[in-house]
Amino acid sequence: MPSVALSHLDHLWFQVSGTLCNLTCQHCFIRCSPTNDQFGYLDLDTVRRHLAESVRLGVKEYYFTGGEPFLHRQMTQILVETLRYGPATVLTNGTVLKDEWLETLRLAEADSCYSLEFRVSIDGFSAETNDPIRGQGTFERAMRGVLKLVDFGFLPIITAARTWDILQEDTVVSCFVAMLKKRGYARPRLKILPTLHLGAEEERTHGYRRTERVTDAMLETFDRTQLICEHSRIVTDRGVCVCPILIESPDALLGGTLGDSLQPFSLNHGACYTCYQYGAICSNPSSQSAREPE
Amino acid sequence: MKQPTERIACFGGVYSNYLALEAALRDAQRRGAERIYCLGDFGAFGPHPNRSLELLRSSNVIAIQGNYDQSIGHAFADCQCGYTDPRDNHFAQLSYDYTLAHTNEDHRAWMRSLPAQWRIELGPLRVLACHGSPRKMNEFLWESTTSTQFLDHLVTQYDADVILATHTGIKWQRALSGRRRFINVGVLGRPENDGHRHVWYTMLEYAPSEGLSVEFIPVEYDAGRLAREMVAERLPGEFVETILSGYWTTCLEVLPSKERRRGKH
Ligand code: SF4
Ligand code: SF4
Ligand SMILES: [Fe+2]
Repeated sequence: MPSVALSHLDHLWFQVSGTLCNLTCQHCFIRCSPTNDQFGYLDLDTVRRHLAESVRLGVKEYYFTGGEPFLHRQMTQILVETLRYGPATVLTNGTVLKDEWLETLRLAEADSCYSLEFRVSIDGFSAETNDPIRGQGTFERAMRGVLKLVDFGFLPIITAARTWDILQEDTVVSCFVAMLKKRGYARPRLKILPTLHLGAEEERTHGYRRTERVTDAMLETFDRTQLICEHSRIVTDRGVCVCPILIESPDALLGGTLGDSLQPFSLNHGACYTCYQYGAICSNPSSQSAREPE
Repeated sequence: MKQPTERIACFGGVYSNYLALEAALRDAQRRGAERIYCLGDFGAFGPHPNRSLELLRSSNVIAIQGNYDQSIGHAFADCQCGYTDPRDNHFAQLSYDYTLAHTNEDHRAWMRSLPAQWRIELGPLRVLACHGSPRKMNEFLWESTTSTQFLDHLVTQYDADVILATHTGIKWQRALSGRRRFINVGVLGRPENDGHRHVWYTMLEYAPSEGLSVEFIPVEYDAGRLAREMVAERLPGEFVETILSGYWTTCLEVLPSKERRRGKH
């Protein structure tokens, strides 16, 4: 079983709203919902403690996910404080954003030398393609969020899980771009993610087959910096886990503090196979680097 | 006898812009640079790659290898720039294939022979020159996505007072703990996505009384002529537009939001 060491803690993630979300998407790999409190909100002090610890470890960037981060009552304050430490990215479904929050965040980003990135999840370029996966009316609600962000001067990265046939990718991407431009987002940014066959997605499509595992031989010539667990950890209300993908697996929980969670991790999950195939799927394009030539 | 003041000029990303290179070399000599360093990426984007290479080599520029030079030197399939957008990859591939086809074997052998990093002494300062970052040749270190504690970690881990890098295409610097510093020295090959045609290089000076001073120097050159030559070589119109407008038209997806908002596209 191949094991991957943490080369350096580049990206510190926060599972800031646990598994709580206002939506119940059919492909959610950790089955978030309004009632799933398996993982709860991170309180502000927990976030602060880890931000402070992250300085000693030389963390480069911060990412916030859930669930829906903006269900957290102190989300704005958390981002404002994070921007004093480094660049921040928040993964949102875009449906609950409020003007006052965005105005506060706009000012905080202008004051900081760091970027605040919003990644808004939308899984189709129309209500017909998006809503069956994310829920009735979610396309229009998310698009209102996108345009609100644009109004406040942000350049949201639209993040879509690949729920279409890969052969249709070019068409889907150009439909996305055309739709966003037509709606008033003049320079759309787009990130396409592979789906993870975990949680709800396992029922929507299928889980991982036993043969879909990473082996030692596969990693021999592989550029390991492509794997999130090689340069990241995630803080949850139960402790620090190896990566945002596997938080529900008992073996993913590594320790109580960042310092306790720096040990190598065995890639014995089906999802690791998706990472192996697609690389640093959770990072922003500005933080990715090409694979080394093999 | 040790000179009281030491002055070195540094730049990266020539991207075959031999006209800007010529102007920068002249300017750096006029300002009394004792040594001139190029941090890699000699080719890409512009026309006639051999011209920049001849100029670099005949001017005794001390060069390190960038991802582009590693690729061209070894004839890899692509430039390893790590673009995620198919449109970026399309344009990058066109100029990569052009550059590879038009670079002499002798220059390619020279590129293969270059080190990935260089240790420089500037007065008492230990300066480490690299391409993207000291740990990865094609790592992007943007101003708005690189925390200060991360840079502190790099200078400590690599035993340096100053780290110099390029690769992203936009200059910046940050003061670090213990009077250490990180400097992205900028590029000569294309403007900085700010609507100006000029490009940039960096002068580093060490004086015992003042310590280190860093100056970013704009370089004016005949952008119209470069654009005409790019058109004549049938390089992508999008690249020509960047040279003339000062705004990036491609590689936009790798920009963080702050850097992207400064541009028009
Ligand atoms: S995919 Fe995102 S928006 Fe949908 S239920 Fe899961 S956390 Fe909520
Ligand atoms: S799921 Fe991906 S990031 Fe998480 S441990 Fe496996 S390979 Fe690493
Ligand atoms: Fe480069």
